Amino acid sequence: MAEKVLMKGNEAIAEAALHAGCRHYFGYPITPQTEIAAYMAKRMPKIGGTFLQAESEIAAINMVYGVASAGYRVMTSSSSPGISLKGEGLSYLAGADLPALVVNVQRGGPGLGGIQPSQSDYFQATRGGGHGDYHMIVLAPASVQEMAELTIKGFELADTYRMTSMILADGTMGQMMEPVALDLEVKPAPAKPWATNGTKLQREHNIVNSLSLVPDELEQLNFARYERYRTVEENVVMYEEYMMEDADICIAAFGIAARVSKNAINEARRQGIKVGMIRPITLWPFPKEVFRRAADHVKTFISVELSMGQMIEDVRLATECRAPVLLCNRVGGMIPSPEQVLETIQNVVKNGGAN
Amino acid sequence: MIENKRVLLLSGHYGSGKTNIAVNLAMDLKKKYPNIAIADLDIVNPYFRTKDSEAELKTAGIRLICSDYANSNVDIPALPQDLYAITDDRSLRAVIDVGGDDRGALALGRIAPALREENNYEMLMVINCYRPLTRDAESTLEVMREIECACGIPFTGVINNSNLGIETTAEDVLASVPYAKAVADLSGLPLVMTSVTAILAEQLKGQIPDLFPMNLYVESAIR
Repeated sequence: MAEKVLMKGNEAIAEAALHAGCRHYFGYPITPQTEIAAYMAKRMPKIGGTFLQAESEIAAINMVYGVASAGYRVMTSSSSPGISLKGEGLSYLAGADLPALVVNVQRGGPGLGGIQPSQSDYFQATRGGGHGDYHMIVLAPASVQEMAELTIKGFELADTYRMTSMILADGTMGQMMEPVALDLEVKPAPAKPWATNGTKLQREHNIVNSLSLVPDELEQLNFARYERYRTVEENVVMYEEYMMEDADICIAAFGIAARVSKNAINEARRQGIKVGMIRPITLWPFPKEVFRRAADHVKTFISVELSMGQMIEDVRLATECRAPVLLCNRVGGMIPSPEQVLETIQNVVKNGGAN
Repeated sequence: MIENKRVLLLSGHYGSGKTNIAVNLAMDLKKKYPNIAIADLDIVNPYFRTKDSEAELKTAGIRLICSDYANSNVDIPALPQDLYAITDDRSLRAVIDVGGDDRGALALGRIAPALREENNYEMLMVINCYRPLTRDAESTLEVMREIECACGIPFTGVINNSNLGIETTAEDVLASVPYAKAVADLSGLPLVMTSVTAILAEQLKGQIPDLFPMNLYVESAIR
């Protein structure tokens, strides 16, 4: 087995980014993701990289735009309110088809909210986050090991599809410490013939831009982009199924909610209740097909979320409302307990929802 | 040896395990001395705090000195006003959980002159070779020097708390012994103890000197 180190989720993201060849980080401190910036500040100067604490989140995302244009792997990280500030930049990255990695270690909202964990930026992440028609690849880790692995995956997917990858974590994932194996494989970055890295008098100059004033040309750009998104939907979907073979009840949960739910499922199984879980790892593209198939035998779905019910809409769409989808949630920085999830499962059985 | 000193300061790289050792040391001291306080000086990390153990400390009769905002949803780097009790009331014995790294240790500077003047303290560096930025003696010494510069109190001893969280085995602890010796040699400071969970202490009995068995007070409930 590979040698392990004990890391915080935030540190694992930072270290994995360095493994992936990211040498440019631009950020601004905000709890509960500050350790990413702190780690980068310590490590980047030692390996010839750039750490820069920008004057604001908006400045940081635009610096990301600049480095991405030049063809280098680049990232920024923040937490909920800071991601809102980056919204304009995210849209510009999409409009210019630039690959980048953005990390959101979510905290309770809306507004300035709190500093404790949350998953209430699901809509913002999976629907784009800024203005215009676009998507980001949204990855939802459920362990410190996955924080590292999905960071590398995020860079690779961003390069392959010329999109922004977002790591959608939460305060717990960022702060918790677990052993991590860091001998992770990294695919080298593909050639980027579109990058604005100097013509060397060998080619015409490249232009990276999100401005397009001719309507039918802008329409074509949107069509082409969505053609690419369809490829992503076909090739990139990731999820974990847990005890789903014979499940009458299916829990849908990602990130920290999935870890809590697993405990509840294990206890419910001991009590003879046939319950399983589908854990989306990509939130966009959402694993529609596995939910659609599950609806063939599942009588009731339960969406466990640290929000007022956001992913629940995607579960309903994916299952085409063939079975009821209930919500089990806590918000504002609170986390559902395994007992709360278990009680929700038991109530479904009591009310005949497992038959 | 450290028990003879009135104030025990615990510092180190963040995530090294300071808070848990601090709570265990306070619990241990309470068995011998009536008047024990534990102070949380961490102004950086609002997540894992001494306050997590408030109930256990209260039951044990240990005074908790920490910011009113610790573990609340208020992200304010505030110091508790009764922090001065530690330097003013010399009948009190105190364990101080200093914040992680140089940034966390900065707050200690506020009471450092009084502590130095009284000269009845141990400043202990908690080390963990399984943390990515303190994997060898050289990098650990770098963190030590940064902390000393920030708070103005030089270290007097080292605590080896090398662990991999809940996955820690006796072999992991044994494998960290040469590292701990190297840190002690390089810094010229004594290795005062090796802290492990009570279960591992049982397994390691006789293999490592000065084992400090601990209960885990600060631990994630999520598996």
